[in-house]
Amino acid sequence: MRRLLILAAAIGACLVPAAALGQAAPDPAVVATGEEVMQVQAGRTLFLEGCASCHGQNAEGTERAPDLHGAGAQSADFYLRTGRMPLAVPGEQPLRNPPEYSEDEIQALVAYVGSLGGPPIPTVDPAAGNLSEGERLFTLFCAGCHGKLAKGGVVTGALAPSLDAATPVQVAQAIRIGPFVMPPFDDKLIDQEEMNSIVAYVEKTKHADNRGGWDMGGIGPVPEGMAAFFIGLVALLVISRLIGERGS
Amino acid sequence: MTDPRPPEEERRSRDRAELATAAFLLVAALAGVAAIVVYIVTDDTQALGISLGLAFLAVAGAMIVAGLRLYPAQKVVEERPPAADPPAEAAVEQEVGEAVGGLSRRKLLFGAAGAAGAAIGGALIVPLGSLGPFELGGPDPDDLPWKDGVRLVDDQGALIPADLLQQGAFIPAFPEGADKRELASPVMVLRLPEGDDQLDPEQAAIAPRGILAFSRICTHAGCAIALYRNPLFPPQAPSPALVCPCHYSTFDVRQGGKVIFGPAGRDLPQLPLKIDDQGILTAAGPLSGKPGPSYLTVRKT
Repeated sequence: MRRLLILAAAIGACLVPAAALGQAAPDPAVVATGEEVMQVQAGRTLFLEGCASCHGQNAEGTERAPDLHGAGAQSADFYLRTGRMPLAVPGEQPLRNPPEYSEDEIQALVAYVGSLGGPPIPTVDPAAGNLSEGERLFTLFCAGCHGKLAKGGVVTGALAPSLDAATPVQVAQAIRIGPFVMPPFDDKLIDQEEMNSIVAYVEKTKHADNRGGWDMGGIGPVPEGMAAFFIGLVALLVISRLIGERGS
Repeated sequence: MTDPRPPEEERRSRDRAELATAAFLLVAALAGVAAIVVYIVTDDTQALGISLGLAFLAVAGAMIVAGLRLYPAQKVVEERPPAADPPAEAAVEQEVGEAVGGLSRRKLLFGAAGAAGAAIGGALIVPLGSLGPFELGGPDPDDLPWKDGVRLVDDQGALIPADLLQQGAFIPAFPEGADKRELASPVMVLRLPEGDDQLDPEQAAIAPRGILAFSRICTHAGCAIALYRNPLFPPQAPSPALVCPCHYSTFDVRQGGKVIFGPAGRDLPQLPLKIDDQGILTAAGPLSGKPGPSYLTVRKT
């Protein structure tokens, strides 16, 4: 269905390219060079093809999708690179998927949405972070939903994804944006230094050294209790065999 | 089955087995009494579990020893054609009766078994007291650390300025100067995504700038409510709510912590807030209800 829509939009865009391009009025203060203007215009074309049916012709938002003025390059980069957008069905939770667009297309779309105003793509330096501080902050703000080892979880009505596939920049973007039902955190609550520490901890969870052995997915007490149950079951069988006698 | 050992050695072996069985049963009785004492004196569930577990293990030990060494081991093959043979049955009964009658420490063994049974039975019945009747919830709001004018601090003890929270953000908080481990202490402070636009006037009065605070202890089973869902685009996402990770009880923060999903039986107690003249988040009164799970009384210590 979405492919059909894209195709229809593409044909429409071919028929009236001039009209489509004419609507792109990038802010000259944000866009300086000719090359950037070209990129924004290419992004605007892609936007009309793939995004405008939900976000509106001028990214002003509809009842199906939010206004993108103020979302910034930060949000566009996050949603497009993690394949969360475009969404197959408006209203469902955006989840990680293979990116729908090529690198050039993503850069063009990010440039266009960025030209509407909003925060730039955040920078983050896990190497400058403090791992134990990161663990404390992650436990305080993130572990409730994502789990202590960042393997994901659920809240009613939504899924908290595992962070295994998230790059440091994507973790930082999600913290600032608050996608779907995640609370957003600006730099008053989590400053750049704390962000570095949190990302350092998330990176650590991807390659945690499990001194206790197998971590069973790191998702908490349910599989661990299950393992204890089976060990107990085997122990009971052995004990019954030792004290009992086989019937003849 | 015949025992190849000489009668004297067999008798000693039986003596030892009887003593061991009696010892196991007495340990079971003591552990059962210990479980009752632990239940009444403390609220330490681990000590309760250990003592009850020990009682059951000791009974199992007694049964193993008795089964292997004391109970007459006799293989009986039923002869056909007579399905029932009264004289043979009588003979078996007599044999079993003699075997039990042959116990040299009959009184001790039966006494120990009785004591173990009574103690474990008691240990299983006494905790029924937890089913009530009790007033629901924890201690009285009046006895709690939250009162009008108590300032909120974060997990590091720092005061929380109201402008720390952007719309949609949250932070766990505690009463300044109080014990953080107190059941009533932890609260979840959050700011609604739209500010206080959608609150009724009564709610808005205790939620300055749309900042709300709720007890962090679930009213169902007392888990820590660590999940706050906050819609980025409200028309297409679930409404703002606090969610308990144990059984997914979900509390609507716009309606004073009303239960909208899950097993919780009563609303999440809300802490009324105000902003003092230094811009610091401050309690404007006690919690709206008793914090804590609904199934037991919560001791103050």
